[in-house]
Amino acid sequence: MDKVYEPAIHFNHVDFQIGDSKIIKKVTGSFPKGKITTLVGPSGAGKTTLLKMCNGLISPSAGEIFIHNKLITDYDPIDLRRNVGMALQAAPMIKGTVFENLELPLALQSKKLPEEDAISYLDDVGLERDFLHKNADDLSGGQRQKVSIARTLVNQSEILLLDEITSALDRASLKEIEELIVKINGKYNVTMIWITHNLEQALKIGHYTWVLMQGEVIETGESKLLENPQNDLVKHFVQGVIK
Amino acid sequence: MSYLALSLTLIFVLIPLILSKTLKLGLEKDTFIATIRSIIQLLAVGYVLKFVFDSNHFIYIFLMIALMIGTATLNARKKGKSIDGITWKIAVTLLTVEVLTQAILLGFHIVPATAQYIIPISGMIIGNSMVLSILFLNRFTAEMHAHRDQVELILSLGGTPKQAIHHQLISAIKASMIPTIESQKTIGLVQLPGMMSGQIIAGADPIQAVQFQLLIVFILLTTAAVSSIFLGFLSYPTLFNSRMQMLKEKF
Repeated sequence: MDKVYEPAIHFNHVDFQIGDSKIIKKVTGSFPKGKITTLVGPSGAGKTTLLKMCNGLISPSAGEIFIHNKLITDYDPIDLRRNVGMALQAAPMIKGTVFENLELPLALQSKKLPEEDAISYLDDVGLERDFLHKNADDLSGGQRQKVSIARTLVNQSEILLLDEITSALDRASLKEIEELIVKINGKYNVTMIWITHNLEQALKIGHYTWVLMQGEVIETGESKLLENPQNDLVKHFVQGVIK
Repeated sequence: MSYLALSLTLIFVLIPLILSKTLKLGLEKDTFIATIRSIIQLLAVGYVLKFVFDSNHFIYIFLMIALMIGTATLNARKKGKSIDGITWKIAVTLLTVEVLTQAILLGFHIVPATAQYIIPISGMIIGNSMVLSILFLNRFTAEMHAHRDQVELILSLGGTPKQAIHHQLISAIKASMIPTIESQKTIGLVQLPGMMSGQIIAGADPIQAVQFQLLIVFILLTTAAVSSIFLGFLSYPTLFNSRMQMLKEKF
């Protein structure tokens, strides 16, 4: 990447394999602190695997990952996951109300979430306070994603991992979520790593981009690299997506 | 019952055989095998029990119970193949239920400490515990697969494996206990339990038969609760590793 920055997460020759199949191959690179980095690449490139390694849901088969310059294995897994929040692609909800879902990160620590705080988190993601006592099963796809993002904010994580959170949304909801991510990044100075298939979105929202293909990082840099990729594979991928 | 009368009971085997043949159900072979196996197994166990009751020696009682636990474990473990060490976990569960129940029965002199009481009651405890274990493992495995994303969600938010699997564990424990509790609600109204019916047919006082049946009913409640809870709490930690990650091959 072009500028000097402080890394929030650093990968050092990281491999991940299941049986004989290598999902991630010798990945080295950093995600800058306080910035939005998008992960793009074709399906099956290993993007979600890379993301899950960042909050310890899975561990590398080889290599090292550093979070804020500390080896990931030196963190207690629970502390790590509270510090590196993740919004999953399917935005799963536990049975109950939106409030119960928002309170979940604290309930897991036997703590309560004050209702006013819950309303404030809803406000952050652009949802009215009326949603608080709605059944989570009654939410639309966009609303679920918003609640899912709000829920990850409750832990006040310094790093937020977003796994294709806009893939199933209509145009209006997509725009809202994009604005929301920029707002959260600005307001809380949260480092964000966002998997997206939408290259326009990566260009518009992301400060930096990693292009992954078949488990390898092919190109990294400021997001504008997507306008003029140096690597032929990336060129081919970008042209294919834009077509 | 005379051997002639016993032979005549085979009419009750002929009826399903004829029905199966007529309606082309294809169950003749299984019905035949089941009949032969039940005759051989029950006669064999009858002679073994006669020997054990006559000798009334501790070692034979112990061997009979060990055989029951071993057979029940081998049968139940097929349903929990995705759980590491399921064989010893089921064996420990059955043993715990058996020891706990017999300790109460014998410790408080509720029944005499003789083979005639210990072995049949052990059979009912272990048999019921085996069924409960199978029900629990079936449900728990299904819950794990169906709610993988919820388990991952709770882990990703900083929950422990126990918190992550809590809902699935409780659902499986409840689901496996419900049949025992429900069947006891209608006991005596819908069905007369086998043991009580057997005692009455054999000429026992119905009130005494009921007393023994109540004893068994209450034991089965403990068996149901202890088996599923014990097995559940032994099983769930093997689904995660020391870094609190879901073991992919288990879910």
